[in-house]
Amino acid sequence: MSGAWLLDGVLLLAVPAIALASLLSRRVLPALAAFVAYGLLLALVWMRLGAPDVALTEAAVGGGVTGVLLIGAAARLLMPAAAAPPGWPLRLLTALLCLGVTAGLAVAVLALPEPAPTLAPQAAEQLAATQLGNPVAGVLLAFRAIDTLLEAVVLVIAVIGIWGMAPDGAWGGRPGPVQPRLADGSVALLAMLLPPVGIVFGIYLAWVGADAPGGAFQGGSILAAMWILAWLAGLVRPPRIDSLALRLLVVAGPALFMLVGLAGFVVADGFMAYPAAWTKPVILLVEAALTLSIAVALCLLVAGWPMRRARA
Amino acid sequence: MSIASAYGLLGAVLVGLGLYGVVLQAEPLRRILAFNLLGGGIFLLFGVMARRGAGAGFSGDPVPQAIVITGIVVAFAATALAVHLLLRLQAARDEPVPPEEPRA
Repeated sequence: MSGAWLLDGVLLLAVPAIALASLLSRRVLPALAAFVAYGLLLALVWMRLGAPDVALTEAAVGGGVTGVLLIGAAARLLMPAAAAPPGWPLRLLTALLCLGVTAGLAVAVLALPEPAPTLAPQAAEQLAATQLGNPVAGVLLAFRAIDTLLEAVVLVIAVIGIWGMAPDGAWGGRPGPVQPRLADGSVALLAMLLPPVGIVFGIYLAWVGADAPGGAFQGGSILAAMWILAWLAGLVRPPRIDSLALRLLVVAGPALFMLVGLAGFVVADGFMAYPAAWTKPVILLVEAALTLSIAVALCLLVAGWPMRRARA
Repeated sequence: MSIASAYGLLGAVLVGLGLYGVVLQAEPLRRILAFNLLGGGIFLLFGVMARRGAGAGFSGDPVPQAIVITGIVVAFAATALAVHLLLRLQAARDEPVPPEEPRA
């Protein structure tokens, strides 16, 4: 017990400290490094809150892939000479207002009702019908499947939004800057060593998500991270964005999910209802397609828009 | 005070810190970063609600946990869109100005 209190104490002090370091750092790269550490510490907090599924997502997406995206952007952005910082009265006023928001939230947290409202008993009761062992997977793919579907669609829309930034003439080309082939260094080494392990781990995480912590988002982001690593080392190139195969991969997950949802009108009780005898196989199929589409979409969201004139 | 409430207060602090950064940071990339700090705090508040709703053999209410997983991925999508808009704006500044349309 005392060990757990020690961990809680360290986390409760370290997380705000690292957030403050990220906020106040004068230069961008140390701020981003602190942000990645912030994501990993938050993943530990999620473990302490009994949410291993969220911890995996936070570590992989919140810290990892977001960190790669921001650091890559910082390397390409010319930082203009910082404008004069706002004067101290404005900073003080902002700090006081933010303190007010924090105080309001703190009061709300301390005044939460006892016993806490919860849907855990209902989820436990219905989980058997889905034949899943992981309640979070049950919520994501059965009870609140519509949220997951919309979220998968958000990824597709974000990809379209980023592709839409292509300058005239570059449409259809390969997205993102050219990554020169790295001959040696840690990234080149990791890009050769990690993917074989990471790909197996990503697929395992997606598969095991039905019964244990893991799932399409966690597995998909590990798979995406492996491709991004190989891309940064110059080992792979993204396909052209006018490739039909690529576009089908991006929409496969949400499209299959939507088809299954519509089929629910005919073979089950309504939209996004699964036929009782087929629930688990259908969920596994949808989850596999979602994993693939999420992985491809995350890669494309990091890569960016096509920049060079496409060769016909 | 339960440990869930302590993490709830941590979430409240992170929201305040992130908000300060979003309002006052001068560089757009730093603002996006602060926005993600703020998001981390909001997700944590969800996690506290989930933890308090532990029951029926689960270590937390799975419904808010699942919503947070979706939230983290959507926050990433929004961050990616914002970051690429920044990069595109910079590229647009460097592009040669197209020649003027010939007058009809």
